Amino acid sequence: MTNLVEIRDLRVEATTDSGRRVEILKGITLDVAAGETVAFIGESGSGKTTAAMTLLGYARPGCRMSGGSVRVDGRDMVALSEKERATLRGTTVAYVPQSAAAAFNPAATIMDQVIEVTQIHKLMPPEEARHRAVALFRALSLPNPDSIGDRYPHQVSGGQLQRLAAAMALIGDPKVVIFDEPTTALDVTTQVEVLRAFKDVTAKRRIACVYVSHDLAVVAQIADRIMVLRHGEVQEIGNVDDILHRPTHPYTKELLHAFHPDGGGRVVPTTTSHTEPLLDISMLSAGYGPPQPNGKPLVLAVKGVSLQVKPGTNLGIIGESGCGKSTLARAIAGILPACDGTIQFNGRDLWQSARQRSREQLRDLQIVFQHADTALNPAKSIEDILGRPLTFYHGLRGKARDARIDALLDMVRLPRALRHRRPAELSGGQKQRVNFARALAAEPKLILCDEITSALDTVVAAAIIDLLKELQRELGLSYVFISHDLSVIEAICDEIVVMYRGQTVETIIPAERQEPQHPYSRLLFSSVPKLDPTWLDTLNLDADRMRLA
Amino acid sequence: MKTPSPTGTLAAWSGYRINLVGLVSFSVVLFWALMALLAPYITPHSVGAMIDMDYFGPMRPGLWLGSDYLGRDMLSRVIFGARYTVGISLAAVSIACFTGVVLGMTSAVLGGTVDMVVSRLLDAMNSIPSKLFGLMVVAAVGSSIPVLILTMSVIYIPGSYRFSRALAVNIDTMDFIMVARIRGERLPYLIGSEILPNIIGPVLADLGLRFVFIVLLLSGLSFLGLGVQPPFADWGALVRENIGGLPFAAPAVIVPSLAIASLTISINLLIDNLPQKIRDRSAP
Repeated sequence: MTNLVEIRDLRVEATTDSGRRVEILKGITLDVAAGETVAFIGESGSGKTTAAMTLLGYARPGCRMSGGSVRVDGRDMVALSEKERATLRGTTVAYVPQSAAAAFNPAATIMDQVIEVTQIHKLMPPEEARHRAVALFRALSLPNPDSIGDRYPHQVSGGQLQRLAAAMALIGDPKVVIFDEPTTALDVTTQVEVLRAFKDVTAKRRIACVYVSHDLAVVAQIADRIMVLRHGEVQEIGNVDDILHRPTHPYTKELLHAFHPDGGGRVVPTTTSHTEPLLDISMLSAGYGPPQPNGKPLVLAVKGVSLQVKPGTNLGIIGESGCGKSTLARAIAGILPACDGTIQFNGRDLWQSARQRSREQLRDLQIVFQHADTALNPAKSIEDILGRPLTFYHGLRGKARDARIDALLDMVRLPRALRHRRPAELSGGQKQRVNFARALAAEPKLILCDEITSALDTVVAAAIIDLLKELQRELGLSYVFISHDLSVIEAICDEIVVMYRGQTVETIIPAERQEPQHPYSRLLFSSVPKLDPTWLDTLNLDADRMRLA
Repeated sequence: MKTPSPTGTLAAWSGYRINLVGLVSFSVVLFWALMALLAPYITPHSVGAMIDMDYFGPMRPGLWLGSDYLGRDMLSRVIFGARYTVGISLAAVSIACFTGVVLGMTSAVLGGTVDMVVSRLLDAMNSIPSKLFGLMVVAAVGSSIPVLILTMSVIYIPGSYRFSRALAVNIDTMDFIMVARIRGERLPYLIGSEILPNIIGPVLADLGLRFVFIVLLLSGLSFLGLGVQPPFADWGALVRENIGGLPFAAPAVIVPSLAIASLTISINLLIDNLPQKIRDRSAP
């Protein structure tokens, strides 16, 4: 038998609370050979995680595997009892979760959690397990492999934790490993390291991998074959080269297209250098913690940043997590009062704290948060969410307010019938549109977009970006666009500011095709995965990394 | 594929999934609420009228629940007792929860000094044992219905405050509160429109629970003779005044005890089995 995993006509269904049955997977067939990596790709809700989970014999609460078979190493996970499945989990098939931070118990050391699998299955004495773990840490190129296991999860970085989660999965010597979007939550610069470590380790041990992701470029680096899923059905399956260069299915083409957001469709405003800037920040500093004797907060996240935004133009701020880009947005919006520097908006000084700003100033400067899930009140209808700024800023009520809500929903391309729904009843992309529509309701001059596409999958994110461009054309807005995703920023911004450790290190104007100069910007720009499957293997980032250190 | 069940049609009609236990306990609560409301119209005899020749009389036609230690009709007294027990407890729990929840949300939203002062003040109040506090107040100013209501609401404000503050603090960290703040919203809108709808479920459950505590505390005070004063009597007082009937297995002492038990247990069960909204709208 050559195939380690054989899935035949797999069906998974769920029963909703009104007793209706929903098919989540509608007959999937797939083989994975030893040492092969197959990627499951598709938008959220396509059933890719559900499909991957069936290899563990697991269906989420309320779901069940209703037909077909999943043979892993010759044993049918669908037919096995829960007890038999448990003996296979961790030893034959293992799982690396999306959020390693949530997968580790904060109250136990990393080593204890990594070797837990060997203790549950009584594979080896703890001493031997620790030696194996250290060897794995080394193989995954973790720093201080001998001592990192003694730390607690919060004492290591996100990228390291993700590799430690992989070590946890690999310690039981599984034949199949499932990676569930393991790099989605990481920065591009970290992602490269993690991907490399995964690729090395799994190739050496000839492990069959199932890699779940919505990022085609990441998948191109790591997978041998790609399965494109949508609505629980296989749209297309083939080797990486075929999918990337000769896609046959329209959905695959759409995915590929979304990966190249075009900079076109936006009229670059004809601003001269004499135009008064809309937003002018000079030497702004902000941070967290109690004030120190010198008047500065304990941790300074933004250190003396100056930048300008001209009316009708867009500024992109890019940098890794922790570089202070979100803090900068919060300081501009007045959520976190800056401790030093000035903010001028529309030619007038703004108070550092939003509490002291006038209603007019608050209205002109809106901020849109990353997570639409928490930015929209789950207890209110879309109508109430959009209606409040209309009433609050413009005093609209009754019919006028209703008409304006309809206009806003049209503007963000949402059906009007959605107004009576609650946020939980919308998809991720729809929620982000509502989130944006609420900012539009205020009729602002400038919108701060804080990572608004990061939580969305590629196709949906591309649609949001197109929407932003269109609205800018119609309404003459300006955006300050904060992201760690370079392709998004390049698609919409006239000017890109690279932030590193709380300071701006470089300003890049994409239209002039200018090459990044600063070593950090070079590292950042070259870390963005390309669709070329050989990109990761040929990439050499060490020069820039060395120069930064 | 639908399986017909007794609550199935009700669920389809209302859009809520209703549990059988919830339905039964709701009926019991509703029954006592109706008794309390309609007491003057349905009592067969006057509360104070001595109509039985014997005391601690057994259940029999005309005196369906027997008679008490003075030969008064027990059925009428239990029905009127519902008025006091349910009415006083409801008033007290409403005041306690309203004050507690408003203070709790305010503290969570304002934070800082306000939070600190209010929290410590109410913590201090929380440290006084509730029964002792009740006894002390009633002993000092005498027992009347307004005094009972106020005392019991004061006793239960700190708990309600702690509970709602804990919930509101979690909501307060959400981005939509931040959005409302930088929109320039004021405190009443923040607590009433943004936070309250998100905590109303647990708050109502807590209200039910606190109602039960108050019923028990009121019954306890009445049992000690410090609650509702004769000739009127709530259920606790009914148990006390008829305690002498215990050796005779008189219904007069069992019935009010059962009334207290049925109301408190039903409310607890009702809270645990509240109807759940069916979110799958595309169902046929």
